[in-house]
Amino acid sequence: MANQSISRRDILRTLAVGAAGSVLQVIPAKAAAYAHQMVHKEKAASPTGNYTPKYFSATQYATLVALCDLIIPKDEKSGGAVEAGAPEFIDLLTSENEKYQLRLGGGIFWLDGYSTDHYGKRFVDCTAEQKKEVLDLIAFRKNAKQDTALSQGVSFFSFLRNMTCDGYYTSKIGIADLGYIGNTSLREFPGCPPLPE
Amino acid sequence: MAQVTRSPKQYDVCIIGSGAGGGVAAKVLTEGGLNCAMLEAGPDVHPEKDFKMFMWPYDLSHRGAGVGGHASQDFSEFLAPNGAWHIQGEPYTSAPGNDFQWFRSRIVGGRTNHWGRIALRFAPIDFKSKTRDGLGDDWPISYDDLSPYYDKVESYIGVFGTKENVSSAPDGVFLPPPKPRCTELLVKKACDKLNIICIPSRLAILTKSINGRLPCHYCGQCGRGCVTGSNFSSSQVLIPPAMKTGKLTLITGAMAREILVDKDGKANAVSYIDKATRSEKRIIARAIVVAASACESARLLLNSKSTVFPAGLANSSGAVGKYLTDSVGSSGHGYIPQLEKMPPHNHDGTGGMHMYMPWWKFDRKNDFPRGYHIEFGGGRDMPGIGMFNGMNREQEGYGLTLKQRARKEYGCHIGFAGRGEMIPNPDTYCEIDPEVVDEWGIPVLRFHFKWSDYELLQAKDMQETFKAIVETMGGEYKTHTSIRGDLPFGIEPGGKIIHEVGTARMGADPKTSVLNGFCQAHDVKNLFVTDGAPLVTNPDKNPTLTIMALSWRASEYLLDEARKGNI
Repeated sequence: MANQSISRRDILRTLAVGAAGSVLQVIPAKAAAYAHQMVHKEKAASPTGNYTPKYFSATQYATLVALCDLIIPKDEKSGGAVEAGAPEFIDLLTSENEKYQLRLGGGIFWLDGYSTDHYGKRFVDCTAEQKKEVLDLIAFRKNAKQDTALSQGVSFFSFLRNMTCDGYYTSKIGIADLGYIGNTSLREFPGCPPLPE
Repeated sequence: MAQVTRSPKQYDVCIIGSGAGGGVAAKVLTEGGLNCAMLEAGPDVHPEKDFKMFMWPYDLSHRGAGVGGHASQDFSEFLAPNGAWHIQGEPYTSAPGNDFQWFRSRIVGGRTNHWGRIALRFAPIDFKSKTRDGLGDDWPISYDDLSPYYDKVESYIGVFGTKENVSSAPDGVFLPPPKPRCTELLVKKACDKLNIICIPSRLAILTKSINGRLPCHYCGQCGRGCVTGSNFSSSQVLIPPAMKTGKLTLITGAMAREILVDKDGKANAVSYIDKATRSEKRIIARAIVVAASACESARLLLNSKSTVFPAGLANSSGAVGKYLTDSVGSSGHGYIPQLEKMPPHNHDGTGGMHMYMPWWKFDRKNDFPRGYHIEFGGGRDMPGIGMFNGMNREQEGYGLTLKQRARKEYGCHIGFAGRGEMIPNPDTYCEIDPEVVDEWGIPVLRFHFKWSDYELLQAKDMQETFKAIVETMGGEYKTHTSIRGDLPFGIEPGGKIIHEVGTARMGADPKTSVLNGFCQAHDVKNLFVTDGAPLVTNPDKNPTLTIMALSWRASEYLLDEARKGNI
């Protein structure tokens, strides 16, 4: 990590110095791209398979991973929330925030309690159909209005859905999935391509 | 204080604060040959280390949410080190039943490190609005007095824009504007149908190289701080030329506590806390320029009591801390289905809006006095924390449906924010809290703040206008505000727009104002205030450009007085 940030800083410093030397020079996009590559190389080199959760227990973390995968699965176009590192991101923030610990840690307990009551096993051990049955209930507020026993689950899921989206759409995979183009140096801003009618 | 270290050196001027007002004073005064000491309560800023230009969310382990997700509530962790609503050890209070939010920066450059760079001139009418509608007060100076200084500031810092001849938004010295984004073209089309003026915005961002600075590279990240200094900040554009003269001594970590006066009532020194050594020190100077931000400057004056000035320095009028205003703010957003068809493209542009709506209803009778302008943004911005919270709240669900919906909705939202003029009222002011001190032992400010119907009706008009624009675009306006409650029509709490001004206002009458038209204290001839405090009115234009023009004018006057031997 240290190397990565030093590299980026070095590049930025070089750019800033160049700026003073020649007023007409713009930042070479290549240099910026190089900084990003450095970051990704370092990331790729780090082991990702055996992540040790900072807050959640191993079983709770397995549940978190399962939920993230259900909230944003992979499809033919792109990878899903798990591949994008959403569970690690959520675990990191939760380890630092007591409110998140209650909402997510407590929420997963609630989910396991609900699954045990209805299917005789924890959520992760449920079949795909059973998981879908549970989520089809707690993913919508209107179900909590009809059955107040679901309201805590709905609240938990709503919070987790936002965090999963945060984790996914701030990842390289998620950003590419949306088709965002930018964060680069341009000589001219091209403006709007022709507007479709 | 057991021991006070006295600097033997006498400076010509001590400038308190390094933001927009202090930065201009430092440049003009040092280039005019005066030796200046500048006190800044925070640390220095190091762009190449502190600024997160070109970083992706995934380059940070918290992705912009900050430790424990705490930065996702407000400004993201990507932003330049800028300030905060609450600073550890340096509290402020609101009187019971009042809510005022005070954003403070403790860093070289102050709030100019992260501001929106919206650089709008006040209009001629803004200086004489009492003459027109009987509310508030007129300024002791006119637009013509300030106009040459607007020219100087714009020519030096660089502002893009276009000549439009709109009487509520005077033209300036402009660099060419950047091309509009798709969202802006669509809004402009709707505004044309509604007869709302929509023109290129005026931002302090370089679209061409000037004064040795590089032009913008269109990464859209001005708020993070610009390593190449292509946008304006005091720390990168005003302090460096002042330092280059060799006549500026910048003292960081220096929290001004009191301005001291001699027996004749002339200011002669500033007592400050050196935060690093937790000791009190003094700067001796022939003149003092206070530019600590409007409320912080009022606090310093009120805390500078002496036998000559028992009610606080330069406060024989009792006006210090009074006439506080913030901008009226209300916002909303709409979903624009037409944007679903836009192909992926680079939408970043400069770090701000390329078009905006100046006040356009100046030619008719309205339900409220004065006016507002509209800022807007949205479209295919870099994804970030919280981007899909709204979609999730509305659509719910999960799985592939959610993923496909996010693809479809991305880039289709446009947000609008109104910024309007508040009329000063007797229930809105700041004063010294009789009980609370900060960790340096300095008595803190207590705020009183009330909106009146003038402002609420303005917020109502903003909401109606946003809705009309969105619906004219064929979109759905998503914001619902209530008429009652603490914040009717979505009006923001006082202070939230960070345009707080007026707390040491200028005026022709020393009985009702603190400063004369040159920002010079009526009571103390070698004391100047050059931040937002001197402003008599707070028109819908963001105050920074006017703060700089006033400071430039005051600094030239001070130079002249010094040359004449009057200081």
